[in-house]
Amino acid sequence: MSCSRMEKKILGYVDGRLKESERLEMDRHLATCAACRVRVNEFRAVNVLLDELPVIEPSAAFDIRMQARVAAEPAKQSWWTWFAPSPRVVLAATMLLLATVWIGSRRADSSLSAADIDKINQNMQVLENYDVISDFAPLSELPQPVQADDASDSGQNQQM
Amino acid sequence: MARSDVQLMLDVKAGDEQSFTLLLHRYRRPLVNFLYRMVRNREQAEDLAQEVFIRVYRAREDYVPSAKFTTWLFRIATNLALNSVRDNRYQRMEISLDAPVTVDAEDGEEKALDVAEKHPNIEQHLVEEARRKMIRHAIDKLPEKQRAAVLLHKYQELDYGEISKILQCSESALKSLLFRAYETLRVELAPLVAQQARQ
Repeated sequence: MSCSRMEKKILGYVDGRLKESERLEMDRHLATCAACRVRVNEFRAVNVLLDELPVIEPSAAFDIRMQARVAAEPAKQSWWTWFAPSPRVVLAATMLLLATVWIGSRRADSSLSAADIDKINQNMQVLENYDVISDFAPLSELPQPVQADDASDSGQNQQM
Repeated sequence: MARSDVQLMLDVKAGDEQSFTLLLHRYRRPLVNFLYRMVRNREQAEDLAQEVFIRVYRAREDYVPSAKFTTWLFRIATNLALNSVRDNRYQRMEISLDAPVTVDAEDGEEKALDVAEKHPNIEQHLVEEARRKMIRHAIDKLPEKQRAAVLLHKYQELDYGEISKILQCSESALKSLLFRAYETLRVELAPLVAQQARQ
């Protein structure tokens, strides 16, 4: 085993996590490699030094705060609560329904009554007569009125 | 016989709040210690630990025992810790090794003046405290992911498979990560390592 291949196994060797076959292979390498033996010893020393760090205890307030946070969490919901609408959804649906009814009633108010339709039908006859008169050919053949007499002609026409 | 973590979590899922309390008591100490060593602030470590437990509690209904409970727990903790460390990177004040030998107030440990009253052999105590400070400083200087790997490997005693899942890397990459971290520690702690190696 070369030193570079040893890199990934050295820590496992130090903390005893290597498989038996890997450990034996490492032992054989260390028997012939002084540099790796030094490194193993130094890694062991680092491992021991790391044990010197103190362990702290969670504060007394930790449990109290934790209990309060868990209690503030919403309760577990059953599957059927999915079908139960929330108050906000109910309110929104009601408002939508009312708005629909209101808009519908406004349209009904603005629709024409039977009397209005009769009146329009009567006026339609006048409009049709006007169309006929405006396109009546003999009228177009009449001589054009003299320009100077425009004012008096118009006055006469109004009288007629 | 004590129920396994997975069984407790399944009981929590079924609505047993007491099982959650048992899980909390089982893991609050290792979790607070892991987070404390990651973020170097006790109050922040406790806040993060609470956040981890709340996330576990919120996820109870969707819990499926597809992996070890500790893998899931420490994965949440590691992600929160890494985010917190990155957020704090430019806010934290570096603790100088040249500072007077009083222990960090934030550690909740004793200050030098109090120590004199409690420890007759103050010199020995201060030497030990200086060693601990040096070790803490060496761990703090590791890149975040290497630090997390060392803490999970050394203090939580998780196996390589679990740690690689927590850190979302291959086992081979994890072993390289740990090797580089130990190399850095070996150099940073050279005087102590030499002293230790002689013993």
